[in-house]
Amino acid sequence: MNRPMVEADKLQYSYPDGTAALSGVSFHIAPGESVALVGENGAGKSTLLQHFTGCLFPSGGLLKVAGLLVDRKNLPAVRRAVGMVFQNPDDQLFMPTVFEDVAFGLLNLGVPEAEADAKVLDALKTVGAAHLSGRPPYRLSQGEKRAAAIAGVLAMAPEILVMDEPSSNLDPLSRRRLIALLKTFGHTKIIATHDLDLALELCERTIVIHKGSLTADGPTAEIFRNDALLGKSSLERPPSMRSCQPAAPRAVDPDGTSC
Amino acid sequence: MNELGRNLIDIGYIDTLSAGDSPLHRLDPRAKLLTTFLFISAVVSFNKYEVSALVPFFLYPAFLILAGELPARYLAGKLLAVAPFAVLVGIFNPVLDRQILFQLGPVGVSGGWVSFISILTRFALTVSAALALLSVTGMNGICEALARLGVPRPFVVQLLFLNRYLLALTGEAERMSRARSLRSSARKIMDLRIYEQLLGQLLLRTLDRAERVYRAMLCRGFDGRIRVVRFSKIGSRETAFVLCWAGVFAVFRAMNISLVFGNLVMGAMK
Repeated sequence: MNRPMVEADKLQYSYPDGTAALSGVSFHIAPGESVALVGENGAGKSTLLQHFTGCLFPSGGLLKVAGLLVDRKNLPAVRRAVGMVFQNPDDQLFMPTVFEDVAFGLLNLGVPEAEADAKVLDALKTVGAAHLSGRPPYRLSQGEKRAAAIAGVLAMAPEILVMDEPSSNLDPLSRRRLIALLKTFGHTKIIATHDLDLALELCERTIVIHKGSLTADGPTAEIFRNDALLGKSSLERPPSMRSCQPAAPRAVDPDGTSC
Repeated sequence: MNELGRNLIDIGYIDTLSAGDSPLHRLDPRAKLLTTFLFISAVVSFNKYEVSALVPFFLYPAFLILAGELPARYLAGKLLAVAPFAVLVGIFNPVLDRQILFQLGPVGVSGGWVSFISILTRFALTVSAALALLSVTGMNGICEALARLGVPRPFVVQLLFLNRYLLALTGEAERMSRARSLRSSARKIMDLRIYEQLLGQLLLRTLDRAERVYRAMLCRGFDGRIRVVRFSKIGSRETAFVLCWAGVFAVFRAMNISLVFGNLVMGAMK
């Protein structure tokens, strides 16, 4: 059996003011799995994501990613293995051009310049943003910024792709493009989101976090059918799964379809 | 878009300019930085009453603007925006130094007025050269050049973050300013207490944002060193650029070209 790509064992974290953000969270994620992390605002999803990249270290329990214990000693290797796409692309993009920004991580990894150039172009082509390479990031649309941010992470060829609310602030078409793009990636994916339709399309498995604890872990469709469980986490069944309610009789059905 | 928003775009515009592809953009940043340093050293080395000898130095910023295909009006606008600081520095000179230096027809021109004009000229020269340098090199290029020239790494990183956080700060300020103006109706002037609260909030929000930016950088392997693509090497073009301009500055410093030129014209007219 393959070693898990992520192993969390009784993971705990408390903020310096004593607020407990994670209380004994345990789960395993296998290589190539796509897992959605859902829960109400303030449930601890973002705190958990920050542990994967070593931005935060556990107060108790342990966390391993790509077989590496997340601690200060392993930090460079952990960050090489995990690529994180932040919720707000403006936090991530800071170089003068998209090309330079995508190259930023590669150069930090010590990739030679010529090789880095080729990888940057590859990553930009993958996300359909090759035409943006010379543009300054702050002039891009939200969708383009998101694509550039993903390219910056993809270029570093991480084993695990971690995304925080990837569809936030995207218009429907950009969101659809993002979903199509993410479907093509074979990485292990961990996606924290409130967009349950996106989770349903991309992730075969969902972990529900409620007040810092893991309250459910299982197949996405199964979890999203559990209204009581979702309700407890201030979530609701995604629109695509809502069953047709008997509608009031209508004189004319505009498109001729029921429901 | 409000005034702050426009200024934010303006700040970012210099980054856009630095991504150009003129021969000057492609020159190694160290050569441009060193030459600009020599230029500024030469300009500030004159005595406080010197004006005419400074005029030929405008050749250097003019060259940067032309060769770098930079928008002169935009840079002039930036220069004017910070001009009040230079005016403030020298405004009291005419009051404090009333010794007559020379006669301009019937009017006696005091040392204070001459030194004031000298301050403004030096300001225009140094700031326009610095703006042009920033526009053809970019802050990242300048920081990388500083590091390669031996400036201590902590200083370089501080400078880099100062620039990055300035954008974060202006972004937050723009959002707060918009939120305030939307809820303050026609009232333009704010209570001092509201200013205090806004500033406190701005600081906290900027710190929060800065931390997120820093985390994002760490996640992509940032180790305190900014590496830029296509950082060129010092070659014959760079050596020629530095030596030629150093020679020009030496001539301008040693000889008052304006005076020589003036004498020539006057001589020809006689």
